Amino acid sequence: MMAIIPATWDMYDMFQAVIQAPAYHLIFEALLIIWIFKLMFSKAYAPNKTILTEKEKEELIQEWQPEPLVPDVPDDHPVLQAMNNNIISGRPDKVMVINGKSVVNMASLNFLGLLGDESIEAAAQKALSKYGVGSCGPRGFYGTMDVHLELEERLAKFMNCEEAILYSYGFATIASAIPAYSKRGDVIFVDEGVCFAIQKGLIASRSVIKYFKHNDMDDLERLCIEQQKEDKRVPKKAKVTRRFLVVEGLYAKHGDICPLPKLVEMKWKYKLRIFVEESFSFGVLGDTGRGVTEHYGINIDEIDLMAACLENAIGGAGGFCCGKKYIVDHQRLSGLGYCFSASLPPMLASGAIQSLNIIIDDPGMFGKLRNNCTLIHEKLSKIEGMRVVGDPVAPIKHFSLSEPSDDRDLDNRSLEKITQEAMQRGLALTPARYLEHEEHNLPLPSIRIAVNVKLTEEEIDTCINIVADSCQAVLSKSS
Amino acid sequence: MSGLVDKSTMQTSFRFKLKKFLNVTNCSTKITNGYGQKHPKTSDWRKTWWESFEETPLYAAIWTYLGYGMLVIVGYIRDFLRDIGLETQKSCTEPKIPGFVPLYQSWENFYTRNLYRRVRDCWNRPVCSVAGAYVDVTERLTHDCGWNFELTDNFQHTMNFGSYNYLGFADNVGPCKDSVDKTCKRYGLSSCGSRQELGQLDIHHELEDLIAQFLGVEAAITVPMGFATNSMNMPCIAKKGSLILSDELNHASLVLGSRLTGSTIRTYKHCDMEDLERKLRTAIIEGQPRTHKAWKKIIIVIEGVYSMEGSIVCLPEVVRLKKKYKAYIYLDEAHSIGAIGPNGRGVVDYFNMSPSDIDIRMGTFTKSFGSAGGYIAGSKRLVNHLKCNSHSSIYSPVMPPPVAQQIITSMKIIMGLNGTDEGRRRILQLKDNIRYFRRRLHEMGFIIYGNKDSPVVPILIYYPSKTVAFSRECLKRGLATVVVGFPATSIIESRARICLSSAHTREMVDRALNIIDEVGNLLRIKYSNLAVPRWCEDDKNANDIL
Repeated sequence: MMAIIPATWDMYDMFQAVIQAPAYHLIFEALLIIWIFKLMFSKAYAPNKTILTEKEKEELIQEWQPEPLVPDVPDDHPVLQAMNNNIISGRPDKVMVINGKSVVNMASLNFLGLLGDESIEAAAQKALSKYGVGSCGPRGFYGTMDVHLELEERLAKFMNCEEAILYSYGFATIASAIPAYSKRGDVIFVDEGVCFAIQKGLIASRSVIKYFKHNDMDDLERLCIEQQKEDKRVPKKAKVTRRFLVVEGLYAKHGDICPLPKLVEMKWKYKLRIFVEESFSFGVLGDTGRGVTEHYGINIDEIDLMAACLENAIGGAGGFCCGKKYIVDHQRLSGLGYCFSASLPPMLASGAIQSLNIIIDDPGMFGKLRNNCTLIHEKLSKIEGMRVVGDPVAPIKHFSLSEPSDDRDLDNRSLEKITQEAMQRGLALTPARYLEHEEHNLPLPSIRIAVNVKLTEEEIDTCINIVADSCQAVLSKSS
Repeated sequence: MSGLVDKSTMQTSFRFKLKKFLNVTNCSTKITNGYGQKHPKTSDWRKTWWESFEETPLYAAIWTYLGYGMLVIVGYIRDFLRDIGLETQKSCTEPKIPGFVPLYQSWENFYTRNLYRRVRDCWNRPVCSVAGAYVDVTERLTHDCGWNFELTDNFQHTMNFGSYNYLGFADNVGPCKDSVDKTCKRYGLSSCGSRQELGQLDIHHELEDLIAQFLGVEAAITVPMGFATNSMNMPCIAKKGSLILSDELNHASLVLGSRLTGSTIRTYKHCDMEDLERKLRTAIIEGQPRTHKAWKKIIIVIEGVYSMEGSIVCLPEVVRLKKKYKAYIYLDEAHSIGAIGPNGRGVVDYFNMSPSDIDIRMGTFTKSFGSAGGYIAGSKRLVNHLKCNSHSSIYSPVMPPPVAQQIITSMKIIMGLNGTDEGRRRILQLKDNIRYFRRRLHEMGFIIYGNKDSPVVPILIYYPSKTVAFSRECLKRGLATVVVGFPATSIIESRARICLSSAHTREMVDRALNIIDEVGNLLRIKYSNLAVPRWCEDDKNANDIL
């Protein structure tokens, strides 16, 4: 106790001070001390805090009933039926066998006809006898075969880029690439017509997503100006906020081409990093199939990152991104689908290398494909009661009802019937399927017609006649 | 006397505080086996259960932290030297484009630039052969300490103890290869269409029926990529208002898949059933945060074998909790299907449980089947729902036919449908290799993690420098292994990971063990303070009788 009292005071002085102090002062201090004690020992104010007894807890647990794991899908669901009734045997080439019947195939995304190419199969078989099928490991752990490195090098060279990175699955390519760069707090401007893989990548990135109207540059500019104003208001935050622009080269959902020159202009004007998804334009657009950049004659260096899958025109599996080395290399440690997944089976990589060889050796096929596309577009647009959406040079045509009803399901059923009619007449077609409740900006129901370069003019005529007949058969019945 | 006691208690308390500070206590010695008391005696699986996670030795933890500290300090000095131009930039760096916000922040790449770069040669080693029992590793040259690599034409023929080739089906000869060859001719490489858009071939029907038969469930659906099987199908199963209870060490694909569902995610401690039960109880009692509405459903997400820890999930316990609290189980059998269980049918088979106890069974074909892709199996209702609503059945193509054929052939061999007992032989050989390899490592005095039946064997090395030295020294002696360190593990738990295979003969395993023994002595990484476990003794005696 003695140590606490300041040295200049001794006990006598303190005692004197207490006696001399006025009574009200002492009473006041005593009350304060009592109040402090009361505060210390009284319970904290806690409204609504209920403490449950063990019995109540048990009751809660007993009473809780979860929802069923998944909703019930009846066995006669149209999608299931379409899947189970159409048994395809053999390869789905230009002509394929469904339920034992040969039909012309305008459903598979086999634009360049590479799916049926024997030299590709031979290359794959050769790789099979060297590497087996699976790589049994991710790229980091003995899953990098020399063919993977070769394919990456070849793709980079083909696209005139510094580097390419190979993924084992097309969907995972762009869905992993976006979150590798764009993090929480960054801003992504994106066309509202983008495909589902991009939408998932956007969600995974947890960035601020700003959708602009499909191919509407004025709307994009409006959003950019809005962002600029916001940046001026909080300059500190703007300094660390990366801005991205994500578009597709050729939109899978609409069949039209992005206005790339204008987008590149916007990139420089508003300092955006532009990512182009080219799954449907790689190996399709341009005189040598190098995609939308070649289509518009734009230097690939203007694009920060280009991603595409090898599952459509190339007729293989997997996907890749390419661009400058400092950008692409980042994905080797940050691309989730790259780091944590087994690598592409080497035989499929070998097949893709052979596909590239074919494309490089015979660039004439792109002109042919373009001719077929415009021809089919022209003929389809003449069919009554229907309309075709998209660019004439696009290899996928969204063929929909010219006067859609308000009932989406009804339209879906009509289109489904048209495909069934066509199937009976010897042509395989498929409606474009979507997850209707999850898509951002769902397009109108349509039949997705894929153009194959190997179709001759006569075959195209026959096919279009079948389409016209089937449409007439279904539409006349319903009206 | 009393002075002595004081001193020792003081030391203990200091030790405890230091451990807490160094975060060592989270991996305290945990050996669970049949002699444990926590679990009811009636469950007989406990009698043969043995799993261990030996504590990190204190001195190793301290030195490891110091090691990382040193690397970081040197990194800062080197960064400074590069900034002022005394050291040249040897890698490509981001050019400064006026007006653009830099794509990477400097500190984000600090670890890659200064630590990972020094040891890059231990990963991404290019391979120029099949990744089977042996693998040919291409030699790489670096003239600038790991910034850039140059491939040479030389390669080294090494024993492969790094690939997930559990049943040895990664092979370029044999029945699998022959059947794939034929399929390749018949179907080509792809089908260029999604499942719902006329992409599904007859071979996929055959495959999915076979998987359902193999697993003893009603139906199955396949996806061409294992990672995507989780990330693209989980969002169809859980939605906002559901709760996902996830093991803290779940694979990245499960984490991403859970995140994409939009449901609430809570993690529980690795394989800690008490923590899981606590979290389940609180979740049901408290309901959703803020609104206290009841959860729509609760899904427990587990893996069969954890690929980094080598632990096996206590499935009977999880099933007991699931039944008690009416939750659902999502079981990822990426590393367990084919690799464990007397019939090679994963953890469900290992514990001899009914397949219907698990609601969602997911697995991959990359590992035991030597192929690619993944499956989800369960009730017909679940699979029908996925066929109609899964992202993968609409927006991406089906599995390439050759890949599907590899699975069909290898699965038939495992099931014995090809008329031989080759499948059984492989399963037994793998089991034998696992037990023998783990026993010998225990006897040598290494700290290894995990279950005695797990095909993944993590050998703890702790020090960053020794971890890479282990990889390099083993490769030099003809043994390809995988090492993992921070950030894939916690800072003080760097390890080498050995994956056993039925393609390894006893002679190969012995040779690998000799190499590991030699390197272990060289690096002095035989840290274990525990006695050799009892099952090792039993196994040894049993083998002697044979």
